[in-house]
Amino acid sequence: MSQDIYIVGINMIDFGRYPYRTPAQLGAEAALAALDEADVTIKDMQAVFSGSNYTTMIGQKVLQQIGQTGVQIINLVNACSTGASAVRMACSAITAGEFDTVLCVGVEQMTGLGMLGGAVPGAIPTEGLLGSATMPAVFGESGMEYAARTGATQADFAQVSVKNHHNATMNPKAFLRKETPLEMVLESETIAYPLTKFMCSINVDGAAAAVVMSEEKVKQRGLMGQAIRIRASAMASAPWQERDPIMHDVNGPTQLAADKAYAMSGIDPKDLDLVELHDCFATVELQHYENLRLCGDGEGVKMIRDGSTEIGGKIPVNVSGGLLSKGHPIAATGIANMFEIAVQLRGQAGERQIPGAKIGMTHVVGLGTSAAVHIFEKA
Amino acid sequence: MTTDTSLPIPAFSFIKLDKSGKPGLVAQRCTACGAAYADSERVACGKCGARADKLETFTPSLEGTLHSAVIVKRGFPGVDVPFISAVVDLDGGPTVKGTLRNTGFEPENIAQGIRVKVCFDDALGRKDKQGNSFIAHYFEPISA
Ligand SMILES: [Zn+2]
Repeated sequence: MSQDIYIVGINMIDFGRYPYRTPAQLGAEAALAALDEADVTIKDMQAVFSGSNYTTMIGQKVLQQIGQTGVQIINLVNACSTGASAVRMACSAITAGEFDTVLCVGVEQMTGLGMLGGAVPGAIPTEGLLGSATMPAVFGESGMEYAARTGATQADFAQVSVKNHHNATMNPKAFLRKETPLEMVLESETIAYPLTKFMCSINVDGAAAAVVMSEEKVKQRGLMGQAIRIRASAMASAPWQERDPIMHDVNGPTQLAADKAYAMSGIDPKDLDLVELHDCFATVELQHYENLRLCGDGEGVKMIRDGSTEIGGKIPVNVSGGLLSKGHPIAATGIANMFEIAVQLRGQAGERQIPGAKIGMTHVVGLGTSAAVHIFEKA
Repeated sequence: MTTDTSLPIPAFSFIKLDKSGKPGLVAQRCTACGAAYADSERVACGKCGARADKLETFTPSLEGTLHSAVIVKRGFPGVDVPFISAVVDLDGGPTVKGTLRNTGFEPENIAQGIRVKVCFDDALGRKDKQGNSFIAHYFEPISA
């Protein structure tokens, strides 16, 4: 990047079920926590980039709670990449020199939506007729394509859930905090084979926020001690591929975004100390090992089998417990992934701390398709 | 002469009935780059950007190869489970999604590479608000 940009305050609410709270309240709580950590107020924010897939004008609704300063607010809807898109926009705007201090917020309230979401209205319902359009089916099909290419088994996929759920037992902010041994994962209800219930992320309510600043401003405010440098901020959409979008391609956009991020930062995959990637379903974590260049083509299976991505392994992945354990409040997920990296780089992750972590990557991908990859380093 | 008012309506835009009411598939191919689409009214080619005048309509094969599938066991209320959600590469393109029937619900029934044919049938008895019936496509394994 032409000038360095930093996250100086970042937080997420405990993901969970909040039927009696509004999306604005959830977003406001996350935003205030991020502002407090950065020792700034809403009056210091020159712009807001915010996002939600189920609540319109979420940024304005949050500022109606914490301070209507009249600044520019742009709301983003970019599926599961929404929160990361807000940070990407902050980076673009600060790089352009328009602002030096920006607030990013992602919020989603999903209580009551259920695991399958809602049917799309049409002349006649198409579920069961045009195959299935539910996320477990769509990601299951992508996973079966991967299995046919690499020889991954259902047990390999299930092992991702075992690992991530184990990690979450050390994360008080995760929604699901219990060990799920392999047999438990495999024997839980089949949603769409090969995916069982414990191999699907959970729809929860959540919010996460970050304060993003230019280097000059960070120095001026004396915040370098807590600042997390954004070494790369990259996004991509799905390049043409013969089966997309009949079969949504989550691999191509992730690869494009990752390659851009590596080029932007000059960082090599082997320099990464940990990765928080988009494990909306257990199957896709193995695909993303390869898409993010953490291993070679076809080697994702080996990564989970030999423990490379466990805490203590060569490249720990989803140390927070991932979406599989934290829950997946769509627009909040991108910034929540960054929160884990920030906590780790500051050495504040307690039991699940990766010793000496210096460089971390976040990744999200939203169907349709949009992928975002960020690389962070402790300032 | 009878009128065709009783003919079922295609459930999807890539299904077309001929004058006798016999259903088939319809697709488009880009003459500039060869990309195929399960569509009949594209504005341009998503691969190379060629405009609609470069897109030709063709009748795809009714046979193809299973690329990927899942066995759906939890469905929306009112949708019978289990069923198989399948992605099929028709011979010569394009790729079409649909439901695979007349097979079992075991992992071996959804292995990549299984040869399938396209059949047409009533859309599971589903009707629109006016009471119209629809015709849909289904995949079935081609038994050896
Ligand atoms: Zn073309």
